[in-house]
Amino acid sequence: MSPSMASRHLLSAGDLSRDDAELILTTAEELRSLADRPIKKLPALRGRTIVNLFFEDSTRTRISFEAAAKRLSADVINFSAKGSSLSKGESLKDTALTLEAMGADAVVVRHWASGAPHNLAHAGWSRSSVINAGDGTHEHPTQALLDAFTMTRHLGPMDGRRVAIVGDILHSRVARSNALLLHTLGAEVTLVAPPTLLPYGVETWNAQTSYDLDAVLAKTDVVMMLRVQRERMNASYFPSVREYSRRYGLDARRMATLQDHAIVMHPGPMIRGMEITADVADSARSVIVEQVTNGVAVRMAVLYLLLGGSEPAIATSAHDESEQQ
Amino acid sequence: MPPTQPEVTSPADPPDVGRVVLDARDVTRALTRISHEILERNRGSRNLVLLGIPTRGVHLAGRVAAKIAEVEGVDVAVGSLDVTMYRDDLRLRPARALLPTEIPTGGIDGKTVVLVDDVLYSGRTIRAALDAMNDIGRPQAVRLAVLVDRGHRDLPIRADFVGKNLPTSTAESVAVRVAEYDGEDSVTIR
Repeated sequence: MSPSMASRHLLSAGDLSRDDAELILTTAEELRSLADRPIKKLPALRGRTIVNLFFEDSTRTRISFEAAAKRLSADVINFSAKGSSLSKGESLKDTALTLEAMGADAVVVRHWASGAPHNLAHAGWSRSSVINAGDGTHEHPTQALLDAFTMTRHLGPMDGRRVAIVGDILHSRVARSNALLLHTLGAEVTLVAPPTLLPYGVETWNAQTSYDLDAVLAKTDVVMMLRVQRERMNASYFPSVREYSRRYGLDARRMATLQDHAIVMHPGPMIRGMEITADVADSARSVIVEQVTNGVAVRMAVLYLLLGGSEPAIATSAHDESEQQ
Repeated sequence: MPPTQPEVTSPADPPDVGRVVLDARDVTRALTRISHEILERNRGSRNLVLLGIPTRGVHLAGRVAAKIAEVEGVDVAVGSLDVTMYRDDLRLRPARALLPTEIPTGGIDGKTVVLVDDVLYSGRTIRAALDAMNDIGRPQAVRLAVLVDRGHRDLPIRADFVGKNLPTSTAESVAVRVAEYDGEDSVTIR
């Protein structure tokens, strides 16, 4: 993929170089302070139009992108599958042509099919930037970025840090994007799941795997719990919820075996009592609410760096200090 | 290469830094004078907030604050104000990395804000700074302190406190170096 192709879109966490990822994280750090100001608005994307194109329900991600775009003064159009022509069987191509005709500068797309954002970006249907907000079981790069941002705020640089991602790896786009990005940032990732919930080809992910949560917990700096995505399951992957929780759930007893500085994360939505108990989710180690706050800052950083200038700043790594005086 | 060109410098030679206009002692004297002028104009340090424009303006603001503390025995509020997103040429260049904005805890509402920058040239940075401040609060008054005013304004903006007025041609470039960031204090022109 040529740099210019990679730069206009954010489709995969794997497309980001270390410089790109660090630029996004430092930009997000500056933008996070906006939440403390009386006027939570910056003029960077005035006159730009961003379309949120959601083929799959997602309150949290859509609201987060919407808040990010609005805080940068962009015009936001929300377009969700329910109650639109999408539910009448319109193809992705026709939708893309419509958005192009409306003059969208960027399309934030969530789709149930893996690879749909890639199609939208590369089929030549439109000139907009495409930002992947989660496609099927494939990727969710902005979630990985906000997770890395949250980890960095608590632990400093991620070099040599150990991150355990626990649960339904098979259906998780969050796990894949996190594994790619954390590897780029120098962290060591361990995927913990029952064998039935590890995807085929996981050995190519630059991550270790384990079936034994207790063995991993004592050494890890971050433990990220994933929801079991039963809506994507058409077969039985484990005997019972009770057994799953017993082996792969995070409860107070397991949390007590973590190192003092270790943090607990969850991309949401959580099922309390299944992969995580309520007391763990609400504990002082849990940064789950902070992940949501950080999501807005990270998405602002991505939108600003892709759309704020004459050309995108990520994947071209333009760090010029302004000479204008 | 035309014969009038000077000899090509070998890589071992120090880079051409141009003509030194202010050395470290000149910079210190200029900042000391600016600090006194700010106090004189403000009749003391009451209600003062110094906001430096990154990168070098922030260090210069810190120096002015230290000088004011030395003279008045009072710590004035110091912060930084990044103007990147408010620049009028934002769309003309690739998106730039943001620099820190740190507003002192007392805020800027009702305060006398002194913007501090290294070089005043077109005035566009200061226009952007005024816009940026508008989203943060409503100061009682805004003043401008610069180490060097090199002229060639594009906008109706002038500085209240100037370290050195430096007549330049637009073909020349002025470089300010500060010890905290560049390892030494100097102003050069070439």
